[in-house]
Amino acid sequence: MNVTIVDYNSGNISSVINSFKEVAQDKVNIEVTSDLNKIKSSDKVVLPGQGSFKSCVDALNKINGLSDTLNEFAIINKKPLLGICVGLQMFADIGYEETETKGLGWISGKVAKIDNQNGKYKLPHIGWNQINIVKDSKIFNDVENNSHMYFVHSYEFIPNDRGVISATTDYSSNIVCSVEKENIFGTQFHPEKSDKMGLKIIDNFISL
Amino acid sequence: MLKNRIIPCLDVKNGRVVKGINFVDLKDAGDPVEQAKIYSDGGADEICFLDITASNENRDIIYDVVEKTSKKCFVPLTVGGGIRSVEDIKKLLNCGADKVSINTAAVENSNVVIDSSKKFGSQCIVVAIDAKKNGDKWEVFTHGGRKNSGIDALNYAKKMEQNGAGELLVTSMDRDGTQIGYDIDLMSKISSKVNIPVIASGGVGNLDHLVEGIKLGKASAVLAASIFHYGKHSIKDAKDYLDSKGIPVRI
Repeated sequence: MNVTIVDYNSGNISSVINSFKEVAQDKVNIEVTSDLNKIKSSDKVVLPGQGSFKSCVDALNKINGLSDTLNEFAIINKKPLLGICVGLQMFADIGYEETETKGLGWISGKVAKIDNQNGKYKLPHIGWNQINIVKDSKIFNDVENNSHMYFVHSYEFIPNDRGVISATTDYSSNIVCSVEKENIFGTQFHPEKSDKMGLKIIDNFISL
Repeated sequence: MLKNRIIPCLDVKNGRVVKGINFVDLKDAGDPVEQAKIYSDGGADEICFLDITASNENRDIIYDVVEKTSKKCFVPLTVGGGIRSVEDIKKLLNCGADKVSINTAAVENSNVVIDSSKKFGSQCIVVAIDAKKNGDKWEVFTHGGRKNSGIDALNYAKKMEQNGAGELLVTSMDRDGTQIGYDIDLMSKISSKVNIPVIASGGVGNLDHLVEGIKLGKASAVLAASIFHYGKHSIKDAKDYLDSKGIPVRI
């Protein structure tokens, strides 16, 4: 099996690569590439993302055909795809970081700044927070409810259909921290930096 | 609920862990990769490497240390010391660092923080502020505590937030290595001044100091070195103690 981590200059993806390789060992081949043919032929795709919504969308669009290829992979062929952090946020129709930017539009909704309640909550939301699993998700197999995950973000994904939400976390309000829509998965937290439970989520995705 | 973080800091020189008493008299306390692994297995919320003599010496060895560590530790890894440019930051991130901590370069050239936070995102840019009390204010020191910039630490903290820092690592020069506790006044003043998380550093000698840093210093995270790596306390001891004092921690 081939799992491709999409390398589209979205910031630092070494930790994502290291964690997937650690989990995969010799059982699964982990590719790190922006090569469209390799993405097309892989079994699963991981879409990481760091920095702003706009910078990630811009970086994605800079690679000719990448967004169409991902669309074909996830929406038409319905193969498993995992978005991490801004990778998840890009599923939305639109994001408001820096400036209004169009997302991939895979899961209808928007990405807006977390309400810090006039400075009561510090932003970015950095550190370990517990996840509240609200829907059975394949990536949460053997992951206990209230497990701690590592977060670092100032913006949150607000999907129109609350039914796609698989977990939330409590920071200012119930922030969406995991979604599942058919073959599309996303985590706002960083499983690659979330110790054993994070690696378990990666393992679950690889084993889908 | 967001948990307060405990971050063991490993001062690294020539690829080996050392910890100074007021930045001099270095002692060898082991291999950084192994130590980092012990800490992450023990429940450390993040690991911090500070390449303390990096400004003056060949520092390529740190890249190798970071690369090896990031393949073994799956909690965030922050690396600081001797970072001069956006290029240095890129190199460390590519080796597997999750965040970089910038000190001297942030004072000397504010573009480093502005440009790197735009390029890589604020989430990976930590500005390290070494502050020393002078009368009724604190001044920012650079070059591993050797040079006084004369800049007011509180105003500087606010400016770094505006420039795009995602977190501030605040070290009291007066307390560093003394083991008499954080400079609570400094921590709480900076923490109240900014809306980004503050990591308290400098002066931890016992577990009560960690409690004070969070409760009184209003820090989001506490960083300590000696109390952890000479085996005085484990990360678990620290977390259990904080928990018993009503501080939310990841256990």
